Amino acid sequence: MAEYSALSLLKNAFSGNRDWKPAWRKPDPKPSYDVIIVGGGGHGLSTAYYLAKEHGITNVAVLEKGWLGSGNIGRNTTMIRSNYLLPPNTNFYEHSVKLWENLSHDLNYNVMFSQRGVLNLAHTPGQLDDMARRGNAMRLAGVDSELMNPAQIGRLIPALDLSVGGRFPVVGGMMQRRAGTARHDAVAWGYARGADRRGVDILENCEVTGFLRDGDRVTGVTTTRGEIRARKVAVAVAGSTGRVMQLAGIDKLPIESHVLQAFVSEGIKPFMDTVVTFGAGHLYVTQSDKGGMVFGGDIDGYNTYAQRGNLPVVEEVMSEMVALFPGLARVRLLRSWGGLMDMSMDGSPIITTGPLPGMYLNCGWCYGGFKATPASGWCFAHTIAKDQPHAFNAAFTLDRFHRGILIDEKGQGSTPRLH
Amino acid sequence: MLISCPYCGPRDLSEFTYQGDGNRTRPDPASTDQQAWNAYVYDRVNTAGDHHEIWQHSGGCRAHLMVTRNTLTHKVSAVAFARDAGHRKSDRHRMSGGAA
Amino acid sequence: MSPRRTDSGGRIDRQRSIRFTFDGKPFTGYPGDTLASALLASGVSLFGRSFKYHRPRGVMTAGVDEPNALVTVLKGGVREPNIPATLLEIYDGLTVVSQNHFPSLGFDIGATNQLGGKLLGAGFYYKTFIGPVIGPLKGTRFWMFCEYFIRRAAGLGRAGNEKDTARYERINAFCDVLVVGSGPAGLMAAKTAAESGKRVVFADLEPRLGGSANWSGETIDGMPAADWAEAAVTELRQNANVRLLPRTTVWGYYDGNTLAALERVADHKPNPGKGEPRHRYWTIRAEAVVLATGAFERPLVFPGNDRPGVMLASAAERYAAEFGVLPGRKVVVFTNNDSAYATAAALKKAGAGIAAIVDVRREVSEAAHAAALSVGGEFLAGHAVVATEGGAKLSGIKVQIFDAATGALSGEPRSIEADCLIVSGGWSPVIHLASQAGINPQWDDARQAFLPPQPTQNWVGAGAFNGSFSTEEALAEGHAAACQAAGTVDGLIEALPEVETPALRSHPAPVFEIKAKGKAFVDFQHDVTADDVRLAYREGFVSVEHLKRYTTLGMATDQGKTSNVPGLAIMAEALGKPIPDVGTTRFRPPFSAVSLGSLAAERYGDLKPERLTPMHDWHIEHNATMYPVGLWFRPMIYGDPGETVEQAYVREAKATRETAGIVDVSTLGKIAVQGPDAAEFLDRVYTNVFSTLAIGKARYGLMLREDGLAMDDGTTWRLGQNDFLMTTTTANAGKVMQHLEYLLDVIWPDLKVQLTSVTDQWAGAAIGGPKAREILASCVTGTAVDNEALQFMGIVHGEIAGAPVMICRLSFSGEMAFEVYSGACHGCHVWKALMQAGKPFGLVPYGLEALGTLRIEKGHVTGAEIDGRTTGRDLHLDWMLSKKKPFIGSAMMDREGLMAEDRIKLVGVISLDNRPLNGGAHIVEENNPDEPRNSIGHITAVCYSPALGKYIGLALVKGGKSRHGSRAFVADPLRKRFGPVEIVSHHFFDPEGKRMHG
Repeated sequence: MAEYSALSLLKNAFSGNRDWKPAWRKPDPKPSYDVIIVGGGGHGLSTAYYLAKEHGITNVAVLEKGWLGSGNIGRNTTMIRSNYLLPPNTNFYEHSVKLWENLSHDLNYNVMFSQRGVLNLAHTPGQLDDMARRGNAMRLAGVDSELMNPAQIGRLIPALDLSVGGRFPVVGGMMQRRAGTARHDAVAWGYARGADRRGVDILENCEVTGFLRDGDRVTGVTTTRGEIRARKVAVAVAGSTGRVMQLAGIDKLPIESHVLQAFVSEGIKPFMDTVVTFGAGHLYVTQSDKGGMVFGGDIDGYNTYAQRGNLPVVEEVMSEMVALFPGLARVRLLRSWGGLMDMSMDGSPIITTGPLPGMYLNCGWCYGGFKATPASGWCFAHTIAKDQPHAFNAAFTLDRFHRGILIDEKGQGSTPRLH
Repeated sequence: MLISCPYCGPRDLSEFTYQGDGNRTRPDPASTDQQAWNAYVYDRVNTAGDHHEIWQHSGGCRAHLMVTRNTLTHKVSAVAFARDAGHRKSDRHRMSGGAA
Repeated sequence: MSPRRTDSGGRIDRQRSIRFTFDGKPFTGYPGDTLASALLASGVSLFGRSFKYHRPRGVMTAGVDEPNALVTVLKGGVREPNIPATLLEIYDGLTVVSQNHFPSLGFDIGATNQLGGKLLGAGFYYKTFIGPVIGPLKGTRFWMFCEYFIRRAAGLGRAGNEKDTARYERINAFCDVLVVGSGPAGLMAAKTAAESGKRVVFADLEPRLGGSANWSGETIDGMPAADWAEAAVTELRQNANVRLLPRTTVWGYYDGNTLAALERVADHKPNPGKGEPRHRYWTIRAEAVVLATGAFERPLVFPGNDRPGVMLASAAERYAAEFGVLPGRKVVVFTNNDSAYATAAALKKAGAGIAAIVDVRREVSEAAHAAALSVGGEFLAGHAVVATEGGAKLSGIKVQIFDAATGALSGEPRSIEADCLIVSGGWSPVIHLASQAGINPQWDDARQAFLPPQPTQNWVGAGAFNGSFSTEEALAEGHAAACQAAGTVDGLIEALPEVETPALRSHPAPVFEIKAKGKAFVDFQHDVTADDVRLAYREGFVSVEHLKRYTTLGMATDQGKTSNVPGLAIMAEALGKPIPDVGTTRFRPPFSAVSLGSLAAERYGDLKPERLTPMHDWHIEHNATMYPVGLWFRPMIYGDPGETVEQAYVREAKATRETAGIVDVSTLGKIAVQGPDAAEFLDRVYTNVFSTLAIGKARYGLMLREDGLAMDDGTTWRLGQNDFLMTTTTANAGKVMQHLEYLLDVIWPDLKVQLTSVTDQWAGAAIGGPKAREILASCVTGTAVDNEALQFMGIVHGEIAGAPVMICRLSFSGEMAFEVYSGACHGCHVWKALMQAGKPFGLVPYGLEALGTLRIEKGHVTGAEIDGRTTGRDLHLDWMLSKKKPFIGSAMMDREGLMAEDRIKLVGVISLDNRPLNGGAHIVEENNPDEPRNSIGHITAVCYSPALGKYIGLALVKGGKSRHGSRAFVADPLRKRFGPVEIVSHHFFDPEGKRMHG
């Protein structure tokens, strides 16, 4: 398949764009593979890509129940950062940012990673100290971060009301300049194309209906497109983990499924050049290249598998939005949607072998899955290929909850809706 | 989403606080069965379908309700006071026993 | 009189004129005009520029589906971008500018994007801008360089930074039947429901209720449809059970039959009336909903179909009938169905000339044929428009013979002169709300449209929404739907109104696109062409969601209202599959764009409530700098003029240790725990024992979460056998209350305990220092406060200045100290009395900074240490973990991860370079100021300790006590601070507690 470049674009333009080929094949399932990955979202696709690229394992199928990228990879607010407090998270997400930095080249697909910076606002000196703790943890781990004062913040984002209506004045903020945004769909398509070019079969409209077992051991899956066997079956279906694992007889996990709503305004001319989060509530905002303000807040806060939310969160998010940006009161909300979150019991993910022999599990991403896409796939591929975790995901075990080795970034304990 | 509080009548979602999976039973306080404790604190059924869950009417009478709600459709099919949910036994006796 | 305005008819009031400006030029219109109708009447055809190619665009529709004519409304410096001119009602002084062009609407440099032509096809940006692998533009830099320019070319209108001064309002409504849409179907439904005595809310997004009756030209019950509608609306207006909501867009269908709506209360006025908001956000909880939202007409896809002057047929008819505006003098009609023939007749009647009717069908119905003959002009059945002519204004079209079955064109293209081309490509029911509350829409071949899905909530559809496009059907279905919604089995009205209408059917031929040379637009606003859809097909982006995301079809501000079905149809043809096999789009809220301000409603400008203690005003009067703690405000320092923060808190803390200080502790959480089982309950929720506590004594308690980690601490006072007063930290008051309520209600319902939050009922002042007891003794009556009467942790009741108080001798500061509680209404009175009494002793008020200093010197923990990740043992509170009884968290606190050696534990740190420490700094072992690495912990709280004469802090450090006496370094790269510290015990000052025991 042809490389993408300005030259190929020009060449094809001359032939009326008639010679472009599908970005990935649409093959029929083979009876068996070395590895089956359940879930054709960002994490599943990147896992397939890195299995092929880093480990030479290409006899791989990615199974997607609907259209490729229909889950959270296409529903998030596109933010990428590694501004975490706890070392397992800092190291893992920093590895991810590094992969992001070279991803467009790696995939020969422009995923539009825009390192426009992520700024967390602080509204009390105590909160700024908490941020400093996090920012210092990052710096001590070799990750960039810096504090900004209100004057600097005002220059960076003139649209921001630094007094937040006089109620929560901004006292400072923490900036990670290498953080930013990417075009979410392009990530799915880029990984799909990259994996496909290395021989991976991407099987859309192929829903897993059950797991084939030999005793405890998982030996394959039954699907709406027939039975498929594999030496290794990996599950990367965050949001639907409960449902899929139930098919394998695992009916309890340290996970609840919740809905997170996201919002986009009508397109406006460049309004803000960075990503901002509000510290006296819960709001994160960016502006897409098309001009829409893309933003979100809390999860709705109850178990659900329906990809839609309700009004209380909508109202809360909008009130915070116009408190930060009073000039946007007259800008209009264009669209809202919901994505399903695997909320884990400590707010951190799980990338592990098991819980059954022949099975591998990648789940529990809470809000943070999009930015993790490259590292998640990279680590999961390593775990699948080597049957043991890489140092980057060694802490993301399933048994850490029972053992009390928690990675609780927010200190909320086993109340998933608060992570 | 509306939840019919047995005290207050049908009330909007915004009046309630979600308190999670209502299928869990707290082990006997004196129990040293670590598995049972782990299961109580960390493991969730996370049902796709009718889900038993606890909501507090925090913006109303503050009672805890055992709600049966479909997680695919959000339809609420049953609401009862959590304290009447039935499967919970008194552990007063054992608690005192533990202190002895 | 403008050349395009007719002499009579429509909703406008020709008696009065309105002045407004568009791009700085003055215009006039009439009350009732939209910006679109007023500008069209003035002969304006160019309204805006498209998103990608910056092509000139005119008005295509007359309603909410408008993709092209978007403008920015200016109110002083406040900007409101992207408003469809078709919805914007004009008023005197309205100031509007066009958008997305540079330097001007007429000449836009961005239009050179069109030269890029096929280079800029769908998804071109995924294939390029990747940049070099090495060099200064490696990594993401080249893309970010390009992105800078792309962002500036993209976007639509410009938002401002200036604060919108408008007010927004939220309101709840409850009704038996909500009727959405006020055309004949909705009107009939509202009438029926109202007559059955139901509470009805009746909403329509247009200013004038009546929908198509306002412009259809039909006769209902022997009168013009518009008159019939007006009479019906008047009747409804007089019915007390009916609430009419014109200018109200029902935009969201949420769980529990809760619908969200936006009422544009004052957008059509120069200024809102007294007490009027600009927008009102409604949440309507309806027993049942009648959806009578009608249908959108679809355009046809053919080259040049975006030229200003090309308009939907129904829009042209509305402009003529409702606004008295002729969209053209020489009109060509291009259609695939009969409905446009009625339009042709209406335009003819209004005074336009019909140059030609071009129908893709070779055979048309008799009625259509008759209508064509009656309007005159050429009748070109079996033809298609293959091009439009003119610059930024239509001057003519080209037609060719067309075979609807094969799509083939034949014969020579022929030009026809025209200044307006009206187009009808069939009708799509407006099923957006239904799609939010239903399963999958159903494709209907006869109508070539998606019909409403099966409901998942309680709604009934009626009229064109159901694909029943005739007014007769609409009235019947409106009536039936209301009967069903109202729960009435039999119809209430004996005879439905009679309708006279030409027998023209809206069922179209399955023709969506005319394939000829040139750019043919599917999504007008986003410039998605038919070729883009086919490119998506070739690249495998064939499912409807991939098509949308790859080409951005349907993602513009109109959300694909006109483009959705044509786009699917072109993809279906490329795939060789039926349209429904490509998939159906699930419409998400909002149905049409909603102002962010309206959703914030009253919270706009007033985000969160403020919690103030009874002494708040006193603090302000005494130069307190207030510090937000959650929703509360507390004094941080009471600064003297010229003092720095550090000078102030050092002075306050020093005075407290030397004489006495007083601090407002009213914000502490306070919970009354009462009942026969209260002591038992406290034993279960605290790690230590409370049942042994004597009446009239207090005890410090630690609470864990179920998972064994520390949750909160505080003192609990036993006021009686069955009566306790628990205090919590300020931050955790709500959380602890919910935790306790949960345990009582869900886990231990058999315990006889009542919990009452009394945080706001008690005011508290803590007074401490060597002189504290003397001060109290001098002002408290009714009780002694000496060591006999009031031992450490003892409680007494008395009065201060006539107000009853409760005094507990407990100490956070480490001094001889007392907490004085009074009823909140007496709080300030008691505080002032204490200040007065303390004056001779040198009593000073102190704030949070001094409070922090005193507690750090004592090594007491607060939320900075109990941060949800620490255990009781990490904080050296092992002694509080009772071994005699189980308690919440006891079963989980011994897990391996919580007992691990390498956990961070509480220590004290002393700055060895005599420079201040910062909260959030880390501790490292290696002396590496330039690139510190390997954190062993962090500092949680810092101060200058007047007692020690040093900068000190509390820290959580790996190894904890084992490091006492050792040296380490503080690493704070964010604030460029690195220096040596000594790790010591967290008990800096008076570790034996001699001072507080007196």
